[in-house]
Amino acid sequence: MSKIGVPRTLAYFIYYPLWKTFLEELGQEVIVSPPTSREILDQGVKDAVNDACIPIKVYHGHAAWLRDKVDYIFSPRLVSVRLFGDFGTETFCPKFLGLPDMVRLTVDKLPPLIDTRIGIKKDPREIFNIAAEMGGILGKTEADSNRACRKALAVHKKYQKLLAQQVLPPDAIAQLFPDEPETNNKTRKGVVHRHQDALTAQQLADEEPGLNIAVVGYPYAIYDDYINGGILGLLSKEKVQVYTQDMLSDKVLNRQARHLPKSTFWYFSNRAVYGGLHFMKQKRIDGIIHVTAFACGPDSVVDRLLEIEAHRHNSKPYLSITIDEHTGEAGIRTRVEAFIDMLNYRRNKK
Amino acid sequence: MKVSFPHMGYSYLAFKWMVEHAGHECIIPPEPSKRTLDLGVRHSPEFACIPFKILMGTYLEVVEMGAEMIITSGSNGPCRAGLYWVMHQYLLEELGKPVKVVALEPPLCDLPDFIRKLRMIRKTGGISMKQMVWVLQVTWEKVKAIDEIEKRSHEIRPYETGRGDTTRALWQALEFIDMANNIQDVKDAHREGLKILEAVSQDNTRNPLKVGIIGEIYVVLEPSANHYIQIMLGEMGVQTDRSIYLSGYAKNTTIIDLEGDLYAVARPYLNEAPIGGHGANSIAETILYARHGFDGVVQLAPFSCIPEIVAKSILPSVSRDHNIPVLTLFIDEQTGKAGVQTRLEAFVDLMERRREVNQSKSARRLVI
Repeated sequence: MSKIGVPRTLAYFIYYPLWKTFLEELGQEVIVSPPTSREILDQGVKDAVNDACIPIKVYHGHAAWLRDKVDYIFSPRLVSVRLFGDFGTETFCPKFLGLPDMVRLTVDKLPPLIDTRIGIKKDPREIFNIAAEMGGILGKTEADSNRACRKALAVHKKYQKLLAQQVLPPDAIAQLFPDEPETNNKTRKGVVHRHQDALTAQQLADEEPGLNIAVVGYPYAIYDDYINGGILGLLSKEKVQVYTQDMLSDKVLNRQARHLPKSTFWYFSNRAVYGGLHFMKQKRIDGIIHVTAFACGPDSVVDRLLEIEAHRHNSKPYLSITIDEHTGEAGIRTRVEAFIDMLNYRRNKK
Repeated sequence: MKVSFPHMGYSYLAFKWMVEHAGHECIIPPEPSKRTLDLGVRHSPEFACIPFKILMGTYLEVVEMGAEMIITSGSNGPCRAGLYWVMHQYLLEELGKPVKVVALEPPLCDLPDFIRKLRMIRKTGGISMKQMVWVLQVTWEKVKAIDEIEKRSHEIRPYETGRGDTTRALWQALEFIDMANNIQDVKDAHREGLKILEAVSQDNTRNPLKVGIIGEIYVVLEPSANHYIQIMLGEMGVQTDRSIYLSGYAKNTTIIDLEGDLYAVARPYLNEAPIGGHGANSIAETILYARHGFDGVVQLAPFSCIPEIVAKSILPSVSRDHNIPVLTLFIDEQTGKAGVQTRLEAFVDLMERRREVNQSKSARRLVI
């Protein structure tokens, strides 16, 4: 049995249940790095190339935290997860494509990386070959890997179902793996979800309706409470019901593709753009917040696209929040509160 | 129709001829200037890379001059350059500019779309299929000839005895190509142009440093975006070789895929290719330049360019393993010519010193 480290950032928020189940079914011990903190961020800033965006720097920090505690670091090379986009070109941001190499060559004294290439756009069944390859690194047979993979996919499906019920990923992970030590940030306490409260429809109607705000952006920007100043916690304290693009099914999202002359090339960006477009068309959504990282390449396209589209969709209120190494909670709070005040004002005026 | 296109190095001479002979009126894009950049920066997203901003400024300038259609290139990603035309169209619409951006996607990924757009350009210009094929052929010859002549000028410049002679000769040669009107003319102009370049008085006793220029295609190809770095280096007495030329790029990515060999070279450092733009190429070309005995490599990239950031984080290892100095210049709207020049001078000093040390080492070995 070996210890396998999973950095708690980037694709973690979408694929952690899948990875954890797969690795544990293969009899490995999974160690997740703690939620992003000042130390992890500082370490990442020190190790990573200075022009990288903050999520990539944070990833370096998480990898550095894990280095003397595990035998392997789980850092699969995400290349494609579906055949989609114009000419079927959908892939991930180039930094994801080169991420294992960047980490390996810039962070010192790293244990070996499990950097199997995930490219399943030609045939979704490829995933079993990938599982076998990973199993091979860990000295497992193909049959074992296949079984673990099947089980992991089942858990992943369950996870997606939870997300579709408007559970935020960190909570959904906590529900799926209740015995995992609770390490989520403090800011998340006090997050109230209606489905958990089990309010009846009548009660809901009596209550003064709170605002509905869609938060779109990359999973690693919107669910990582440290780097975004705890924006989801701030919103729920203001009794705002939060929606994110990960709560929508692929079918709903992909329907938005035809509104664009050309889809973006990146999986997470497409999801953010389609999510944004979907929420713009919903009357009950009062406003949209886009969380983006400083100097994020894909977001230079995504952000302005959403801004222009929001303007064209009946001037849907749109707030863009840029996060970087120096983002503090106070700055985010001020902007979010101003945005909420503006939305309330708009609502009362109607 | 009044047609324009992006300004990229000297290639505009060929495209100007193409547009004019396809039955359109050509609005020649002005060379990117301070005003172009200011216009572009004002109307572009903050984190768009400098090529996007320069193109945005260029488009606004040609619209002022009356352009109705802008022909540009698309791409199949994952570099965001493939989405530029979408964003430019959105932004121009928001600004209320009545202009259509027509992007030719690489025929390798979408042939019907490519043919449809070419036909649209042909129909609106009112020329026959046969003429169109001929126009494209001559344009291609021109692009190739321009690249060849430019390449030769960078080889000759470090030997020139009169500063600026080569650049003046280069313009003379380009003028010949500009005046040519059929394939034979272009070939003659090419030959004459080379003759003019060779006639520049040269000091052949010099042994110039050799530097490879790698990086993102637009800032490598457009001299006004990279502060004329090749001319600057040439006049410091450095011979430069550039990894990307438009003719080579077009051939390698649109007709047949020739970049596989390069990716194999980069494999030990970057186990995935392509990663968009010229990221993987930059790593492979650094290795190749080291193998061919170059004294150093300059990596040019726009600020926030994703593939080149990946390359930059890997290049220190390549530089260490292959013993070749690499200077990375990230260019944005704040970059000044003096800053670039200072860094280049320091880099040239470093390379000269390295060469001296290496030579004295090998000389000592000979004595023993």
